[in-house]
Amino acid sequence: MTTEAQTSKKSELKRIAISPVTRVEGHGKVSLLLDDQNRVHQARLHIVEFRGFERFIQGRPYWEVPVTVQRLCGICPVSHHLCAAKAMDMIVGADTLTPTAEKMRRLMHYGQTYQSHALHFFHLASPDLLFGFDADPAIRNVIGVARKYPDLAVQGVMMRKYGQEIIKATAGKKIHGTGAIPGGINKNLSLSERDGFLKDLEQHMTWARGALKIAKDYTVEHLDELADFGSFRSNHLSLVRPDGAMDLYDGNLRAIDAEGNTIFDQVAPSQYLDYIAEEVRSWSYMKFPFIKSLGAENGWYRVGPLSRVNACDFIPTPEAETARQEFMAVTDGKPNNITMAYHWARMIELLHSIECIRDLLHDEDLQGQDLVTKGERRDEGIAIVEAPRGTLFHHYRVNQDDQVVMANLIVSTTSNNEPMNRAVQSVAQSHLSGKPEITEGLLNTIEVAIRAYDPCLSCATHALGQMPLTVELYDAQGNLLQSKSKG
Amino acid sequence: MTDVQTKVLVIGYGNPGRLDDGLGPALAEALDALALPGVTVDSDYQLTVEHAPLIAEHDVVIFADASVDAPDPFRFERLEAKHDESFSTHSVSPAMVLHMAHTLFGGQTRGYVLAIRGHEYNEFGERLSPQAQANLAAAIEFLQRLLETNALPAADGGQLPAALEAAATGEPL
Repeated sequence: MTTEAQTSKKSELKRIAISPVTRVEGHGKVSLLLDDQNRVHQARLHIVEFRGFERFIQGRPYWEVPVTVQRLCGICPVSHHLCAAKAMDMIVGADTLTPTAEKMRRLMHYGQTYQSHALHFFHLASPDLLFGFDADPAIRNVIGVARKYPDLAVQGVMMRKYGQEIIKATAGKKIHGTGAIPGGINKNLSLSERDGFLKDLEQHMTWARGALKIAKDYTVEHLDELADFGSFRSNHLSLVRPDGAMDLYDGNLRAIDAEGNTIFDQVAPSQYLDYIAEEVRSWSYMKFPFIKSLGAENGWYRVGPLSRVNACDFIPTPEAETARQEFMAVTDGKPNNITMAYHWARMIELLHSIECIRDLLHDEDLQGQDLVTKGERRDEGIAIVEAPRGTLFHHYRVNQDDQVVMANLIVSTTSNNEPMNRAVQSVAQSHLSGKPEITEGLLNTIEVAIRAYDPCLSCATHALGQMPLTVELYDAQGNLLQSKSKG
Repeated sequence: MTDVQTKVLVIGYGNPGRLDDGLGPALAEALDALALPGVTVDSDYQLTVEHAPLIAEHDVVIFADASVDAPDPFRFERLEAKHDESFSTHSVSPAMVLHMAHTLFGGQTRGYVLAIRGHEYNEFGERLSPQAQANLAAAIEFLQRLLETNALPAADGGQLPAALEAAATGEPL
């Protein structure tokens, strides 16, 4: 471990400063600082930040960037691929793509969202939902699910595989795809590829409906219990279409408060710096974005499935829209601020994604031949997509030699940084106060709360020998009382 | 050559954009170029659940990854299928994905881990450190010989031949 805990006297509490998290410490670390009565005074989630990316990307030709940025993340490379390509569309002056290019990109994006949401739900969330997150960890896992619900675990794998195959068909290959290029796409979808996906489509529609039902039933049945679990009122941010519809690939920014009041709406991606700022805090390399007009203290916000379902006026596919209306009815049409409702919202988007895939597969534009367009060259490109985990910003400047000279990215986990810290603090206060001990129950509840956000930890590396999650407990004097790792 | 009856899958995984974390994909690329009969090579950023059905179709799977704590140049060892809970969707351990191949997809695949020691990880860069390059070369030589001589233990509990046993802990062949 390379972590150092340093303390300094401040009132009756000690401040813990954690040195930069490195790969050998694991993907996530939580430090809990107690007061003299052993109550949680402060909880902090430390996540590896992708330091050095700007330097890595500088000097590279802009047309390489949509491929290169996929190195950032192994689980959602398509989001970075598409967001960078959209930013480079601006560079080459491609303000409107050809129908084939836009629809191929959308198919890629919905394929990614489908596989990502399915993987999260079946592999990680479903054990918590099917068995309850206070159930024995020995059965509360994907193998436990496989034993009690034999079809579900296999479904999750097959849904992930289906989405990966769509990515391969649209991006050119399973990883490090090259499909989206500045100004368009480099291939269309062949009829044999299309027919291959259509063959299994109805099965996937059925599975998606089933997953949504599990998430919805669980949330509705446990509403009182979940309302207090790691929950808090917050602002929400997402892209929406000009008509207010949910759109995961393109649109303008909308921010609402916890009551659903509009903070701003229809802000073009190119204007994001006028509305969003990032705060640096001494204890973390990860920045804390906030809405400028509200200030750093009150302007933090959530992103991702919960925020997208809360922020949009409607979902433009029929079954997902029906599901959204049921979701909103639970909170009388107001935004749902329950952290565990992320799972239900995620499954609404799962169904929306497969509905979009179905509609696109029946669209002949996917077999079109007009793939690339361009216009007047610019030196700045800004784009936003709704990645599976939330709003993703890419911003680049290039010089006259076509080299990138500036890159700024805000990933969804950065936006959810403050909310995840609050969720951890909330569950830690409920499960620890008065007893300075990291129990299995505490570890589980922290994990469940973080999991709801499906944070992107893959900007770190994954070599053998790492620990997935470590919780550290400090007393009021800053002494490390206990450290426990999961995995 | 490897027994035609034995279907071997080698999965080299890691992020080539994070320096020595790219050891797994680099090994996969080198092995793929050798085109060894009966050997399927796959490469990915990390292990995920959809590797399970592919693993279940093979008799043997070798997980090749960078390691933060293996001795130089590498460690090769038998892997027992085991359930361990993942913290995020971003990766699954080799033991877990092997367990899923057995439990969910009916595979009887034997698993091995080739843990190649890396030394530099904490920045972006598409290059291997000099020490990692040397470790990679040793790992490739070992794996090629292992597969060409069909030296993988035929059954559970089987031992590698003495020469390869020594090499499995990084001793020169």
